[in-house]
Amino acid sequence: MSIAITTQFICFIVLSLVVLIGALGVVLLESIVYSAFLLGGVFMSVAGLYLLLNASFVAAAQVLVYVGAVNVLIIFAIMLVNKKEDLKPINDIKSRTIISTSICLTLLSLLIRVDLTNVWSIASPQNSIGEESTIRIGEHLFSDYLLPFELASVLLLMAMIGAIVLARRDVMSKDISTGLPVDQELIEKSSEPLLTNKK
Amino acid sequence: MDYGLDLEYSFNEFLKGFGLSSEIAHIIWLPLPMLLVLVAAVVGVLVTVWLERKISAAAQQRIGPEYAGALGVLQPIADGLKLLVKEDIIPAKADGLLFTAGPILVLVPVILSWLIVPFGQNLLISNVGIGIFLWIALSSIQPIGLLMSGYASNNKYSLLGGLRAAAQSISYEIPLALSVLAIVLMTNSLSTIDIVNQQSGAGILSWNIWRQPVGFIVFWICALAECERLPFDLPEAEEELVAGYQTEYAGMKFALFYLGSYINLILSALLVSILYLGGWGFPIPVELIAKFLNLPINAPLIQVFTASIGIVMTVLKAYLLVFIAILLRWTTPRVRIDQLLDLGWKFLLPISLANLLITAGLKLAFPQFFGG
Repeated sequence: MSIAITTQFICFIVLSLVVLIGALGVVLLESIVYSAFLLGGVFMSVAGLYLLLNASFVAAAQVLVYVGAVNVLIIFAIMLVNKKEDLKPINDIKSRTIISTSICLTLLSLLIRVDLTNVWSIASPQNSIGEESTIRIGEHLFSDYLLPFELASVLLLMAMIGAIVLARRDVMSKDISTGLPVDQELIEKSSEPLLTNKK
Repeated sequence: MDYGLDLEYSFNEFLKGFGLSSEIAHIIWLPLPMLLVLVAAVVGVLVTVWLERKISAAAQQRIGPEYAGALGVLQPIADGLKLLVKEDIIPAKADGLLFTAGPILVLVPVILSWLIVPFGQNLLISNVGIGIFLWIALSSIQPIGLLMSGYASNNKYSLLGGLRAAAQSISYEIPLALSVLAIVLMTNSLSTIDIVNQQSGAGILSWNIWRQPVGFIVFWICALAECERLPFDLPEAEEELVAGYQTEYAGMKFALFYLGSYINLILSALLVSILYLGGWGFPIPVELIAKFLNLPINAPLIQVFTASIGIVMTVLKAYLLVFIAILLRWTTPRVRIDQLLDLGWKFLLPISLANLLITAGLKLAFPQFFGG
């Protein structure tokens, strides 16, 4: 085995371990902040796996979109709502566990079936395009994948407008969660007075 | 365009002369340019710190560092040694693991981005195909480190500083990427080498700054904001937030932040010079001078000469921009957070979008000037 292949193999093992252990950590850790940071680590290692597959543009896009935008926003949201509150015990926790486990197992069996039935080997591995992939991705996005690409951008636009409508109080006259009329003065103002007047 | 010095090839040939296989030679070669660039970055930081001290002193009519070496040139080294031997404190209520990982996450992406900085035709670590996109992607990791250290310090000023840093770098990344995109549109390539070569036709006249004046200004403002330099140093605004996310840090961990911010400043200056000021290109094309002197461009002596001119030009342009950044820092007031976000989202973003659109239109109309 040549040195290049050995290095690649070691990198693959390390990255896969980080992905698996990190993903388990995201789900199982108690602290939500740790979960969010671990999620960033998982995204980074997935980008590393893309690099090993010679897909450098996809890897960089993965880092930019998932780590730089999605994960930062998740952490941002967690830190802005950094409440230390005790969670209420749920009554029927057992049945919920059973239902979610069965759903997860169904999804897993589906994935395993895909893994077993799909033909993974590429016809000619020498034919990999590597650095040319950026151009090839662009060509595909503007020819046969144009419609899905544009639909995805419309979807994102809709999500953005929705977020703005939800966030801006002057668009709606009633608070969505409480049903009370919204005071139109300051967006940053908290709905309850911060300091009660003591006399 | 495959002329120029190829140090890697000659080094490998040299080692093969001792009977080593080409793979071993390659492995011995690999760490050398990385170490060289790392040393160059750190020396660059020392120079910048000294410049900052001296220029700020001049701006305030002081003398500045004077006793450590001639003109105080050893002052940054003294500063660094002081930080190195200081006690490494982790506050009792802080989250030790995240507190340590934060500064590392801030520094590592910045250093990794030096991968794509070219000092000459073959003088860079790796001419990766995604080139400048790698830098944009890597610089988006930094806010996670800032948020991490802000959160782990368990201090409200730190948390606010971290949140501000993340908000700032998210909002300024978009106009930055869009102005880079306009350059990429003209170059037809993401590689930094191609970007410089595309500007090398007619010396100073073919630099991108003449074709992309708006992009240049937008990029420079955004780069300053990404580096958290004044007028955009809100995350560490000392009158409001003590020192922002750095408040609880001391010793080597603080030094990592310090190093990171200065390496980032130099990196941004280098990238501005690569994207807009012709990179390693001399204001008059070297080929023209060689022709004038009747010398062949591929002669070894000329090659060494052009390579050294390339390095000098890159560093000179970068330090000119660093000088402007330092002058800006000591002469402008800080903007407010709402002004900062307004500038980013309501002014720079539409302008850079319009710039991209106009560039695309001009490329279609005048393909010979805007890259066909």
